[in-house]
Amino acid sequence: MTAKKKKSPKAPPSAFTEKTVPPITDNPERSDTKAHEQIPLESIEAPKNLPAHGIWVYIEQLQGEVAPVSWELMGVGRQLADKLNCPLSGVLLGHDIQPLTELAFQYGADTLYAIDDPMLKPYTNECHSIALVQLCQAHHPEILLIGATTTGRDLSGSVATALRTGLTADCTQLDVDVDNRKLLQTRPAFGGNILATILCRDRWPQMATVRPRVFSKPEKQPERSGAVVWSDLGLDPSKTVMEVVERILDERTEGYLDEADIIVAGGRGLGSKDNFKLVEKLAQAIGGMIGASRPAVESGWAPYSHQVGQTGLTVRPKLYIAAGISGAIQHLVGMQNSDVIVAINKDPDAPIFRVATYGIVGDAATLLPAITQELGARMHGAPLGTERQL
Amino acid sequence: MTVQEPTQQQLNQERWRDVPLEFEAIVVGAGPAGLAAAYTLAKGGVKTLLIERGDFPGSKNVMGGILYSYPTHQIIPDFWKEAPLERPIVEQRAWLLAEESVVSIGFKDPGFYEEPYNNFSVFRSRFDRWMANKVVEAGATLITETVVTDFLFDERADRRRVAGVVTNREQGEIRAQVVLICEGANSILTQRLGLQEDLSPGDLAVGVKEVIALPKGAIEDRFNVEKGQGATIELIGESTQGMFGMGWIYTNKDTLSIGVGVMINQLSRSGMNPNTVLEKMKQHPAVRPLLAGGETKEYLAKIIPEGGYHQVPKLYAHGVLICGDAAMLVNGVHREGSNLAMTSGKLAAETVIEAKKKGDFSSVTLKAYHDRLQDSFILKDLKKYENASALLQSNPHFFTLYPKLARYSARELFTVDNVPKKDKQKKIWHEVTSRRGIWNIAGDMYRLWRTLG
Amino acid sequence: MNIAVCLKQVPDTSEVRINPKTNTLMREGIPSIINPYDVHALEEALTIRDRLGGRVTVLTMGPPQATDSLRKAISYGADHAILLTDRAFAGSDTLATSYILAGALGRLMDREPLDLIFCGKQAIDGDTAQVGPGIASRLGWPLLTYVTKIDGIDPTNQVFQVQRKIEVGREVVRCRLPALVTVVKEINEIRYAPLPDLIRAAHYPVEVWTNADLGLDASQLGLKGSPTWVNKISTPPMREKGEVLAGSDVAPAETARILADKLIPHIVVPNR
Ligand SMILES: Cc1cc2nc3c(=O)[nH]c(=O)nc-3n(C[C@H](O)[C@H](O)[C@H](O)COP(=O)(O)OP(=O)(O)OC[C@H]3O[C@@H](n4cnc5c(N)ncnc54)[C@H](O)[C@@H]3O)c2cc1C
Ligand SMILES: Cc1cc2nc3c(=O)[nH]c(=O)nc-3n(C[C@H](O)[C@H](O)[C@H](O)COP(=O)(O)OP(=O)(O)OC[C@H]3O[C@@H](n4cnc5c(N)ncnc54)[C@H](O)[C@@H]3O)c2cc1C
Ligand SMILES: Nc1ncnc2c1ncn2[C@@H]1O[C@H](COP(=O)(O)O)[C@@H](O)[C@H]1O
Repeated sequence: MTAKKKKSPKAPPSAFTEKTVPPITDNPERSDTKAHEQIPLESIEAPKNLPAHGIWVYIEQLQGEVAPVSWELMGVGRQLADKLNCPLSGVLLGHDIQPLTELAFQYGADTLYAIDDPMLKPYTNECHSIALVQLCQAHHPEILLIGATTTGRDLSGSVATALRTGLTADCTQLDVDVDNRKLLQTRPAFGGNILATILCRDRWPQMATVRPRVFSKPEKQPERSGAVVWSDLGLDPSKTVMEVVERILDERTEGYLDEADIIVAGGRGLGSKDNFKLVEKLAQAIGGMIGASRPAVESGWAPYSHQVGQTGLTVRPKLYIAAGISGAIQHLVGMQNSDVIVAINKDPDAPIFRVATYGIVGDAATLLPAITQELGARMHGAPLGTERQL
Repeated sequence: MTVQEPTQQQLNQERWRDVPLEFEAIVVGAGPAGLAAAYTLAKGGVKTLLIERGDFPGSKNVMGGILYSYPTHQIIPDFWKEAPLERPIVEQRAWLLAEESVVSIGFKDPGFYEEPYNNFSVFRSRFDRWMANKVVEAGATLITETVVTDFLFDERADRRRVAGVVTNREQGEIRAQVVLICEGANSILTQRLGLQEDLSPGDLAVGVKEVIALPKGAIEDRFNVEKGQGATIELIGESTQGMFGMGWIYTNKDTLSIGVGVMINQLSRSGMNPNTVLEKMKQHPAVRPLLAGGETKEYLAKIIPEGGYHQVPKLYAHGVLICGDAAMLVNGVHREGSNLAMTSGKLAAETVIEAKKKGDFSSVTLKAYHDRLQDSFILKDLKKYENASALLQSNPHFFTLYPKLARYSARELFTVDNVPKKDKQKKIWHEVTSRRGIWNIAGDMYRLWRTLG
Repeated sequence: MNIAVCLKQVPDTSEVRINPKTNTLMREGIPSIINPYDVHALEEALTIRDRLGGRVTVLTMGPPQATDSLRKAISYGADHAILLTDRAFAGSDTLATSYILAGALGRLMDREPLDLIFCGKQAIDGDTAQVGPGIASRLGWPLLTYVTKIDGIDPTNQVFQVQRKIEVGREVVRCRLPALVTVVKEINEIRYAPLPDLIRAAHYPVEVWTNADLGLDASQLGLKGSPTWVNKISTPPMREKGEVLAGSDVAPAETARILADKLIPHIVVPNR
């Protein structure tokens, strides 16, 4: 590796700016870039006597709407910042983002670093990673948290490599070791069967992506505000190599499962598609959405978008009712952070009871209709003026 | 952009596409039998294709067990110098379990810790994989994740000859002069050839096993062996809840393999599940302390063919030979299986090498395999124990009453209570004969001696 | 079109069994497979090659046993396979892995130009999804992750178009070639190797590169070059023991009433 001279930490990332990047409509020469000739970007200089450099949260937004995970991270970021006694900052990239800046403070940011540039709309890996790398190199955050959404994962891998720092994906717990200012990043490994706590040594920022819904969203504080630090992107639009031609949004008919407050989920124990309808009825009666274990999805009782667990969604509703679900670890990782869990299972030894707030040993096929009737009746009889928070 | 001249390595790379798809022998199944056969064939210059249905050899065969040194050494000399082994076994014990107690005998010889050793505990997944590499180094072709489903036949006027196999893959037929069936217990292919009838539950045992991790140093302490040495325990009586079968405990590097094997017909009669049998054995007061603080890492259940001599199928036909478990070559009494499998594989391979010299793979030549087995310990041992299974199955008191009597006798004898030894003997004699008549006992002993002795 | 596919040999986590009693992992005998997403990456590469010509090279960094996975890739139809193996590579995290793979791809490009590099979306053992982006970043190539479809390739103009998954749907992206693409399973159906190809692949002489061939900076390899390290392994914590409301001996209607008493506060009272 013919490493060129070490660059000053503020230099823009060579990977993006040093090569000539033709407009994609041209007929360019083939890139002669070779790995050997890449200039290794040094990681950001270590803060020698460890001044608090702050915790950053990447605020992911799409067409003016912020991904909920960003605020969830702001919540946990606050706790970490308080422990480390350092500021909490948001990073916001996009175009026409001014209206969003206030929200960052209301959810807990002390500072907001932002770049407003037409090239940042819509999201592309190319421009957003350059922008984030530039900000990191200019301001030296100590910790950088990003939501583990498709966009967040797309971005974080590029940024961490450009900064030559460590990145822990898909964390489910975060903490800090106050003495040596290490981020304790805990994530499932081996198909969710074990948890590994991962540390990053001598590189900054310490980067982690965090699964949506693992942490709860903090209360909004409308009175809070702060200062926005605006920067320029400084890229030549004619030199980009990719462009988004079209966006095809999923039809959003009934909301997303991972945003539901009530989920009624069914598993293989229901035995048939007909019995699975009992789950749907209960969900309907109490204003919830349906969830399903993998076997229930594989049997065609529920669509994949309703699968909860390691290979499905992570959910964190206020109430999760699991009927005929054994509680395999791969399912538990997707729902164990729900506030209240009700388990209905024939087998008193089913592992689902280990996470259940309320357990009922019995036949789901007879219990579900009874519960549907009882809860349905009571909710309709709820005193007037009681707002239903669903 | 200029492209450089191709290197020698690149030229080799292009050449592999011309590998001819012609084989003289196909070995079905990469267990001990198939590996030994393929290794011997390849060393003997026979173009060999070894087909395994698992992801890799040993993948369907993950458990720890005992590997016998001598037969393995005969195939791969000095294998212990490089093979992945757990512990050489220096002590073998036999335990007769009654409800709470154990009567134990054992044999320990530090000489077993020296080359050529006697036997080793191994993990099949590791050992088989290692041996498969040897087979490939020797020149055989190994393919995995491929299931042999049927045979190709050459129909001639006078006879029908196996001429290759059919697999579950596209363009999945492949021809060879001879096929060695080494597919393990419950061989579908042997049945397809009409060489083996459907087996009955009385010919099959089910074995369940667990691997239990122990704290460092615990094995040496609990089994009273030097560092690196191993021991085995065979348990009969209460270990199988009085059913016909046997339990065992083997020491690995830092785990124990513990299991039981019970005849399927006895299990179904008792309504018990084999896991329960193992669980109960693990709770026996003599066994429990050996496992204390241990953590189960793995478990498995597998069929053991225990039909014995009478159920050994016809071992050859035109263009085909049968080895190992597929041929029922298991000595249930001495829990020997892999050694019979390996040796039978080797003998089959030697027969094929000779057949190749003669250019004749008909059953006339291949019958020599049967003769070789007949002359070896394999069929001699199986013949010797031909009636063992029937005897033990029809006389359940071997597994129920006798362990109890042994316990009673030993307990009386060893209890120091100032009763004169002579009186004790009388008392024991009385108890024993009142539980099972003296002539019955004498008959049992005689039959046992005749079948096992 | 010359295409490289990075594939990883991983333990088959769907075979990882948990001891039901102690809730611990049982590792013995878990088979190794090609990371399932990488098989789809390979399939896509083969399809493109079959349409447009060129060569498909597969690379893996791993222990010598990873040769099995490379041979399997050859049996599916790859033209060339390279194993990157060296003591110094052991213990690499995603940063070091992408450094090594980028170095190897660079060396490959000294020999033949590459138009596309394919990776899987993520490896099922680590689930990190970082190595693909890492390689792209090291090479300075454009990156397209979560690709569900390749809509078109225009080799003359050196552009192509893909569909990729995003949180709220899909997007169509046009991008310059060469580029690095990571794929999800939906992108294609994989083929199984016919028997003759499988047998021939068993004889394929895999090319082996060590660091002596790559000449990478030793301080960036393996454990030394990996900023992240596992500090602790634990089993997932369990919640506090809950309350058993009723057993099977209680009538369903009664059970429902008891449950409703408990749940009503959670579902109808605002801001509980
Ligand atoms: C890599 C990997 C990823 C996975 N990802 C996921 C995932 O994302 N999500 C997921 O859910 N699973 C996932 N799984 C599968 C998971 O391991 C389990 O197999 C699955 O969760 C079990 O689903 P289940 O509880 O519906 O079925 P089962 O385990 O079969 O349980 C059925 C339960 O219903 C009970 N029951 C039966 N009849 C009745 C009745 N009449 N009334 C009440 N109870 C009854 C039974 O006692 C039993 O407890 C994954 C597995 C692997 C290996
Ligand atoms: C629980 C248990 C404990 C044992 N302990 C011992 C012990 O301690 N010592 C000892 O010596 N013996 C022991 N044995 C017996 C020993 O395991 C067997 O006798 C021996 O493995 C037989 O070898 P084999 O090659 O004939 O069959 P197997 O080991 O069964 O191998 C057959 C192979 O063929 C493959 N195969 C099957 N069908 C096909 C097909 N159609 N196409 C392609 N491939 C196929 C299988 O995947 C397998 O890899 C034990 C057995 C059991 C069940
Ligand atoms: N050791 C490796 N060798 C080759 N390719 C790899 C290796 N590790 C990861 N990859 C590639 O990078 C993708 C993402 O892996 P990961 O970041 O580990 O989730 C995989 O799907 C592979 O295509």
